[in-house]
Amino acid sequence: MAITSPSEKLWWKEPIERVELLWVALALTWAIVMFLMMPYWHVYGKQNLSNEAYRTTPEAFGKKVEAMVAQYTVRKETAREYPVVAPPAGSDVYLLGRLWEWYPILEFEKGKTYRLHISSMDWQHGFSLQPENINLQIVPGYETVITITPDKTGKFSVVCNEYCGIGHHNMVGKIYVK
Amino acid sequence: MATTAEYRTCPDTGLVFHRPAETLMKLNAVAGIVFLLVGGVLGLLMGLTRWPAVHLLKADDFYMLLTAHGIDVLIFWIIFFEIAVLYFTSSVLLKCRLATPRWAWLGFILMVIGAVTTNVAIFQGKSSVMMTSYVPMAAEPAFYLGLILFAVGALIGCFVFLGTLVIARAERTYGDGSIPLVTFGALTACIIAIFTIASGAIILIPTFLWSIGYVSYIDPLMYRIIWWAMGHSSQQINVAAHIAVWYAVAAIVFGAKPLSEKVSRMAFLLYILFLQLAAAHHLLTDAGVSSEWKIFNTSYAMYLAVMASMIHGLTVPGSMEAAQRSRGFNKGLFEWLRKAPWGNPTFAGVFLSILIFGFLGGISGVTMGVEQINLIMHNTLYVPGHFHATVVGGTTLAFMALTYWLVPVLFRRDIILNGLSKFQPYLFGLGTAGLSLFMMGAGTLGVPRRHWDISFADALLKHAYPETAYLMLALAGLAAILATLGGGLFILQIVGTVLFGRRKGEQEKSPAPIIAPQVSGNLRGLGVGGVAVPGTLVMALVFLTTFILYYFVNWKYLSEVWPLK
Repeated sequence: MAITSPSEKLWWKEPIERVELLWVALALTWAIVMFLMMPYWHVYGKQNLSNEAYRTTPEAFGKKVEAMVAQYTVRKETAREYPVVAPPAGSDVYLLGRLWEWYPILEFEKGKTYRLHISSMDWQHGFSLQPENINLQIVPGYETVITITPDKTGKFSVVCNEYCGIGHHNMVGKIYVK
Repeated sequence: MATTAEYRTCPDTGLVFHRPAETLMKLNAVAGIVFLLVGGVLGLLMGLTRWPAVHLLKADDFYMLLTAHGIDVLIFWIIFFEIAVLYFTSSVLLKCRLATPRWAWLGFILMVIGAVTTNVAIFQGKSSVMMTSYVPMAAEPAFYLGLILFAVGALIGCFVFLGTLVIARAERTYGDGSIPLVTFGALTACIIAIFTIASGAIILIPTFLWSIGYVSYIDPLMYRIIWWAMGHSSQQINVAAHIAVWYAVAAIVFGAKPLSEKVSRMAFLLYILFLQLAAAHHLLTDAGVSSEWKIFNTSYAMYLAVMASMIHGLTVPGSMEAAQRSRGFNKGLFEWLRKAPWGNPTFAGVFLSILIFGFLGGISGVTMGVEQINLIMHNTLYVPGHFHATVVGGTTLAFMALTYWLVPVLFRRDIILNGLSKFQPYLFGLGTAGLSLFMMGAGTLGVPRRHWDISFADALLKHAYPETAYLMLALAGLAAILATLGGGLFILQIVGTVLFGRRKGEQEKSPAPIIAPQVSGNLRGLGVGGVAVPGTLVMALVFLTTFILYYFVNWKYLSEVWPLK
């Protein structure tokens, strides 16, 4: 029994049950298929994370955001006067997370590609694009770069999905796609 | 050599208990159950707060109690109980005195002091940092200090276990064969625990020093990598430990013999080699970690630890089937399962634990752990949905099942309200399975974890989740109530038995055997069509088919979101 020493002292010389051999072979095959799917998707799939990231500081990243806001703001929204920024297709776009907002509001064109840089000014945040459901961990001191191509129009929300203190559940940003 | 006065032989099981080991097992198990009680009540409050129509707690209480819920059940309940399992599988199963009982006492006291310290820090309200306590968000120094003390205590427990193995070997207390498979599984858990605790020390000690001002900066990405080497590995201790419990229960209830020792032990060895790589599961959407690193680690080298779990998933029910068939339940595919003791909470709990851990926890975990698929699941409610299936439905249910058997043996008392025992695994198992499924359902709709208000009532910019998400959260709340009934019944019966159960004395024999006599390992002539365990094989193939379908459906979901690279 499993709670006593093996009844065969030389248990490693016992033959293996056939069912077990079959199952190990199936499981190993499935393991290899699953393992190969990830590199396969890097080559043929359209949803992959870049390996592009930089160390940054809140000051340096904040300056880039402000420069973009100054150049490409098209209007302001809400009582908080959030700038809505419509950067040109193909350009570098900056989004920052801080307690407790995503800044600024971004406006993209459908089918165009943007290089989106995201970082945090303080604690860790979670970039959760809804209702697409694309989720990224945003870590202070690091700048994530993803190249995105919005393929649907509409109003999208950026919900924070990493706990960041008592205002966490009020941290929502917007991305519009025309 | 210890004197005979220090030993007691159980009249029901023939097991020999070293009295200092027995006391420590009782204390650790009881301490674990106290934290299960606290953490379980908090879990109900979580379910009732995330159910939008109920929305029970205020925001600051919710975040504070969520921190306590995670730590009390994921760390304190489980590790206290695991120390009891380690002492049982070494001292009792090897018929050996426990090594250095005084050190074991010290370990236990440190664990209690640590667990209380961290809880006090959390309940004072200034350490609502979640279980993960990601820097640069800071908790009170006592929060980290408590965890460090607890870890040191647990580490002492691990070395007491290893020391007991050394003594048992030197004194040949279990003959000159190999250690039992269950002890081998516990040894696996112990090795993973030492890795876990070392990782915890490497990150929590500097973080503690940072919280009192001696260290100026902790890199948040480095923190995540090393913290998860503790955070995820601690859950791998559970996997190894509860699978050891599965094997133990197969032996206790059925007298089952492992199909082959070699395959089961190889599968545990694969855990030792690969299971700890899973820290990567939490870093799949982090900046600054390369895809190569993510792919290698998230897949445990090449899903070799997943393969190991699939092996245990076949061999444990397979050994039960073989034992039942050699007892005469040999008709068709499933007579052995129909005639299984479904009213015995020890069997029913373990069988449900196997199903919930495999079908819900295992499949969701592997799918979520795919580098790219993680993009559509990271930090959503899918994540806690997954680990409620593994840790609550898998580990906790298996530990509860073992407890129904262990308490009468260890405390020599009859379980109180024993007529209700047969319902407990179903209440708790179905509640947990429902909770996990509905949380995962909400997660696939984008509902975030650790979030007080998905209606964003006070937010400047709002987002409207679909009605289905609200339905999922309501169903999760109902399932949490069901699971709480099951968990509450368990705690009522176990605590009630320890305090008030009828004493059996040291001689009285139980009418029914408490460990089934061993069946022969000869499988010739059993089963259907030359396959000795056809029922288990059919269930395994159903599992594999479900796994493959679910896995590829999620690639399909991924392919529908915005292209990104």
